[in-house]
Amino acid sequence: MSNLELLKLLSNHNGISGFESTLNEIIIPYFEKYADKVTIDKLGNIIALKKGSSSGESPKIMIAAHMDEIGLMVNDIEENGFLRFTSVGGIDPRTILGQEVIVHGKEDLFGVIGAKPPHLQDANEQNKAIKMKDMTIDIGLDCAKVKELVKIGDSITINRSLIELKNNRVAGKALDDRAGVVAMFECLKELSNLNHEADIYFVATVQEEVSMAGAITSTYRINPDIGIAVDVGFGTTPELDKADSLDLGKGPGITLGGNIHPGLRKKLVSTANEYNIPHQMEITVGPTGTDARAIQITREGIPALVLSIPLRYMHTSVELIDVVDIKHTGKLLAFFIKEISNENLEGLLCY
Amino acid sequence: MLLKTLTESFGLSGNEKEVRDIIIAEIKDYCTTIKTDRIGNIIAFKEGKPNSKRIMVTAHMDEVGLMVKDIDSSGLIKFIPVGGIDKRILVSKTVLIGNDKIPGVIGAKPIHLQKRNEWSNALNMSDLYIDIGAKSKEDAEKYVNIGDYVAFDSKYTEFGDNLVKAKALDNRVGCAILIDLIKNIEDISFYGVFTVMEEVGLVGAGPAAYEVDPDISIILEGTLCYDIPKLDSHMIPTYIGGGPAISLVDRTTVYNHKLRDRVVQVAKKNNIPHQFRKTAMGGNDSGRIHTSRDGSLTTTISVPCRNIHSPVSVMSLEDYNNTSKLVKALLYDFDEEGYNEF
Repeated sequence: MSNLELLKLLSNHNGISGFESTLNEIIIPYFEKYADKVTIDKLGNIIALKKGSSSGESPKIMIAAHMDEIGLMVNDIEENGFLRFTSVGGIDPRTILGQEVIVHGKEDLFGVIGAKPPHLQDANEQNKAIKMKDMTIDIGLDCAKVKELVKIGDSITINRSLIELKNNRVAGKALDDRAGVVAMFECLKELSNLNHEADIYFVATVQEEVSMAGAITSTYRINPDIGIAVDVGFGTTPELDKADSLDLGKGPGITLGGNIHPGLRKKLVSTANEYNIPHQMEITVGPTGTDARAIQITREGIPALVLSIPLRYMHTSVELIDVVDIKHTGKLLAFFIKEISNENLEGLLCY
Repeated sequence: MLLKTLTESFGLSGNEKEVRDIIIAEIKDYCTTIKTDRIGNIIAFKEGKPNSKRIMVTAHMDEVGLMVKDIDSSGLIKFIPVGGIDKRILVSKTVLIGNDKIPGVIGAKPIHLQKRNEWSNALNMSDLYIDIGAKSKEDAEKYVNIGDYVAFDSKYTEFGDNLVKAKALDNRVGCAILIDLIKNIEDISFYGVFTVMEEVGLVGAGPAAYEVDPDISIILEGTLCYDIPKLDSHMIPTYIGGGPAISLVDRTTVYNHKLRDRVVQVAKKNNIPHQFRKTAMGGNDSGRIHTSRDGSLTTTISVPCRNIHSPVSVMSLEDYNNTSKLVKALLYDFDEEGYNEF
C-alpha cells in the first residue's frame, strides 16, 4: 500500500490527545509487516522495534512521530440538545466555525458548529471573531436523546476527508503529525533493504499536542543513544516570513538550535548531501515544539534531532503538504540510520 | 433524492445553468408551457381549472459563493464574495472552483505564529486565499481562470432526528418544493417560476413578475434560524421543527396582512404546524414582485435553516414536508370563496 493510502487512512481516522487508541488498528498492522516486535506502553504509545545487524551491543535509535491530533471536547449539554465544548490542543477558534464534526459519544454522531448569524448581529460585531464559548454543536437530537448518547468529556473531531490537490499535494486534518507517522513507516520499509547496526525503535507517541507525555515516558523506557522527532514545520505562505518557513516539495527541514545535537545534525546534513536527498534548514534556538523537547531532557539527557515535514495552515482542518516530502523524510532517516555504527557513534556524540 | 441533487449542484448567482438544467429536466413533462427567459429565469405554467386570480409560486435558484479575482505569483487564488457571505465562515474550508470543480482549501495562519489578540479579530476576505496545490501562477492558470465561480464543497447529509445538512438550502429547498408542486398539483392553474440572482439584489424576480403579471404570489424560501436556549423568544427568528415560517415584514416587503391571515387560517384548518418569521432582517424576491407593474400581493413561506449562507446549513425534513403541505393547501384554497376581497 502506498504512503498516500496510509496517510488517507490516518488523516480520516480520529484520535485527539488522550484518545489515540482507535488508531492502533491501523498503525500496528502496518508496522508489524516490517518490524520485529510491536508493543503498546502504559500511556498508549505504539513502539515498533526493528533490530539491527550488530551481534554485540547495538546502538539504540528512537524515532518519534506523534499520532494524536488537536480537537474538541464536550463540556456541557444545553436544554435543547445543543452541545457546548472546549478545545484540546491549540485551536484558533476562527477555524472551527461552520465546520462539520463527529462527536465520539456512545456512537459517532454527525454535527455542525454554528453561531449567531450575521443578519442578527450589529455591524461592529461582524469584525470580531466569534469566541468558542459562543459556538454550539448541533447534532440534531433532543436533550434526552443527547444525554443517552453523549456525555461531558467525550471527544469531538472535525469531519474532513483527505483531499487530493494538484502536484501531489493533499489537504486534510491531523496531517500534524500523522504525516510524520507515515514518514516513519517509509523509513521502516526502506530499512528492510538496508544493512543497519543500530536497533531502531519507532514510536507513534500520544499526547504531544498537550504535554508530550508520550515522548516523556517512551524515551525513558527505551533509553536511546539518539532520539529523533519527526514532526511538521511551517510551510511557506504569503503571511509568513520566508526565513521562518519551509518550501513545500523541497524535502524535510533539518532543525538547528539548542534542542539539536550539533554533531549528529552535521552527520544528518552530510548524509542528505551524499545521497542527494532534498532538505532545508530550519532554526529554533531553544526547545522545539516537538517531542524532541521531551526527548532531550529524559533521564540524564539524550542527543536529539528534529526533521520537519513542510506543512501549510498548521492546526486547521485543511493542513496541506506535498506527499513527496514524506518520502524524502523517510529516506533521509533510513540512510542516516545506516550510517550509525558502534564504531562511529562515540565520535559523533563528542562535543 | 431531489434535494440532494439540487443542493450538491452548482448555481451561484449569475451562473445558475447547472441547477436550471436539473429543474427543467424534472418538470418539463408536467408543465403546460415552459420557457427560459432572456435573463435565465424558468417560467413554467401549469393549466388546471380556470382561476379567478393569477397565481405565481416562485423560488430562486441561485446560491451564495465566491468568485476568483486574482492568482498570485505563488499560485494562490484571491476571491470576492458573490452574495452575502459572513467572511468568518470561510477559514479552514474546502471549496470547488469552476466548471471542472477543481478542489481547493482556504487556509489560515498557524495559531503558533499569531499574537494572542489576532484571534479576537475576524479575518478579512482580503487576507484569505484558496490553495489548489499549484506551484506558481502559470501552474494555477492551467486549472483556474479569473472570473471562475467558487462553491462550497459540502455533501447533503441526513443526521440526528430528521435533519439535513447541506450547502445552498437557501434556496434549493424552495426549488424542491416548487418542483414537487408542479409535478403533483393537477387541477389548479398556476405559474411556477424559478428566478436567477436573488442573492445579488433580487435581479431575476422583477422581469419574471413583469412577464407573468400575477395577482397573488407565494415566495418559497429557506430562511434564518437561530434557536438557541436562554435567548428571549422575540429574538428567535424561527425554530427548527416549528413548521413553515410565515413572513411578517422584512427589508423588502411589508406583507399584506389579509393574505397573511388567510395563510394562517389555511394552516390551522389543515392542522399544519406553522410559525411567524420574527425578524425584519433579510429580504427576498417578494420585494420586486409586489412592486412589479401596478402591484400585487405576496406571501413568503420559508423553511427555517440554521447556519444559512454557509456550507453547513441545517434544516428539518419535517419542516420541509409541512411547508410543502401548506403551499399545496394554499393553492387549493385559492379555489375557495373569499379571494375577491383581495
